[in-house]
Amino acid sequence: MLKRYNINRDILTLSAILIIVPFFFQNDFYYEIAIVSLLNSLICIGLNMLMGYAGQVSLGHGAFAGLGGYIAVILGSKYGITPLFSIFIAVITMAIFAFIISKPILRLKGHYLAMATLGVGIIISIVLNVEDELTGGSDGMSVDSFTVFGYEFNSSLQWYVLCAILLVFTIWMFTNLINSPFGRVLRSIEGSEKAANSVGINVSHYKSIVFVLSVVIATIAGSLYAFFSGFISPSEASFSHSIELVVMVVLGGLGRIYGAIIGAVILTILPQLLTSFEDYQTLIYGAIIIFVMIFMPKGIASVYEDLKGRLFASNK
Amino acid sequence: MLQINRVTKQFGGIKAVDDLSFRVKKGSIHSIIGPNGAGKTTLVNMITGVYKVDSGTIFLDGADITNISTDKLVYRGICRTFQNLEICENLTVLENVLLGFDKYMDKSLLKSCFRAKSIQVDEARYKQRALHLLGLIGLEKLADQKAENLSYGILKKLEIVRALGTSPELILLDEPVAGLNPKETQEVSNLIKTVVADEVTIILVEHDMKMVMQISDYITVMNFGKKLAQGTPEQIANNEDVIRAYLGSGVVC
Ligand SMILES: Nc1ncnc2c1ncn2[C@@H]1O[C@H](COP(=O)(O)OP(=O)(O)OP(=O)(O)O)[C@@H](O)[C@H]1O
Ligand SMILES: [Mg+2]
Repeated sequence: MLKRYNINRDILTLSAILIIVPFFFQNDFYYEIAIVSLLNSLICIGLNMLMGYAGQVSLGHGAFAGLGGYIAVILGSKYGITPLFSIFIAVITMAIFAFIISKPILRLKGHYLAMATLGVGIIISIVLNVEDELTGGSDGMSVDSFTVFGYEFNSSLQWYVLCAILLVFTIWMFTNLINSPFGRVLRSIEGSEKAANSVGINVSHYKSIVFVLSVVIATIAGSLYAFFSGFISPSEASFSHSIELVVMVVLGGLGRIYGAIIGAVILTILPQLLTSFEDYQTLIYGAIIIFVMIFMPKGIASVYEDLKGRLFASNK
Repeated sequence: MLQINRVTKQFGGIKAVDDLSFRVKKGSIHSIIGPNGAGKTTLVNMITGVYKVDSGTIFLDGADITNISTDKLVYRGICRTFQNLEICENLTVLENVLLGFDKYMDKSLLKSCFRAKSIQVDEARYKQRALHLLGLIGLEKLADQKAENLSYGILKKLEIVRALGTSPELILLDEPVAGLNPKETQEVSNLIKTVVADEVTIILVEHDMKMVMQISDYITVMNFGKKLAQGTPEQIANNEDVIRAYLGSGVVC
């Protein structure tokens, strides 16, 4: 049955880790870090699909996640729409938004694409800051509690379970997608757009699709984060959050299925581990990133995959 | 089959292709030769929709295909290879060939995410066909190698095989043996002559005169974007204008 549904060793390992880890949580703070790690992992899976597989950079995904979150929150607080439905509307809205901007933006390549996504991200962040009647400005706004069909999410454990299930399900779909002809098309776009085009692939169409998909995932994660933390502020949509997400994907391993999760988890936890260094925290954080990139230029997941390749080479 | 009517393409001050007309007969190997910069690649790019023509028309089996985009032309049966290799180096050899079959594949998002049975079945079938194509030129052993690890000659062949995956009716080969050694050149030559030419009409852009003379049914010679001469290989080999143009540019036949 495992085989039939393509539930492979990696997915089982991930599920096992997600089940075991909470037993080591000593208080709510551990849960909080874990949940943020899971939500960042989600965004990074989408971003990895865009950057690592289709080869298109985005320095705007923090902003997309933030804007998506705001839309969901505002629909709930100002118009009284239930959380699940407001997330749904946010997803649709952001998908349309992403599709529209994808057409002109994804025609650009490399640095120019990076600049364009950066620009869109900064505009979003400015708008969220300035439109204070709707967004509460730089102070942010508080968010109503998250209920699904009357069932209220009020404990960290509930949130953890929700996010963990969502992550496993997403990575399962993502694995299937990457290993399908669709996934091959994405990788061919990174390899050579001219080659892809020459065999009948409408490159700009597929670029738009991945971009929209990655924004949709960011919107879901961004909305859930807002509902989970009970608060949303423009810093969610800031430039530094966008950069942080890119660093997570690159550090974890571009174009590696589990790279996004590894990068997101490590870089979410790391700052917490380094708090005892006080003033030197950022310095050490930076040094660790540089160190990893020098010794594992293809990301942490590449080392894991090499190891796995060696361990399981015999039973292949 | 293909009819080029007075096409022109200008880059800044240069007329890369200048009021050029010719026809390609179905089932033939039609070579296009000419000195460097004659406009051969530009012509291929116009036929395959990479460049828009400035003026003129292109007809395929009576249908106007002028300025139709490259990917749509693949569905009309036109495919090409590149002078400067365009291979997805991040994919394996087999995956590159499978890319050639892309136009037949179901890529709907939901089915892909949920691993629909039909996609699995199709994939297995196309894998067999891709391996068969690779077998035709002895590359099936390299199927699982990453393309980035392979030699230029092998990738040049791979490009032709990939194009065959689209089951083209017309294939345009832009210098398929440039940079290959004599043995590889012979292999590609055989591939074109035996495998490709069986079912496919070929437009061959090539500087290797020996090969052109051997396998062409018909030759069009270009110089400075214009048609200099046309005819059978014998006619071209004895054409004074052609000899002069080539001697002038330093290429020895
Ligand atoms: N994209 C472009 N922009 C500007 N000029 C171009 C472009 N493509 C081609 N040219 C010019 O058009 C002319 C014809 O070039 P083209 O590449 O078609 O020649 P070719 O016959 O394929 O030559 P070769 O045998 O060297 O491949 C050249 O002068 C070239 O510099
Ligand atoms: Mg050329």
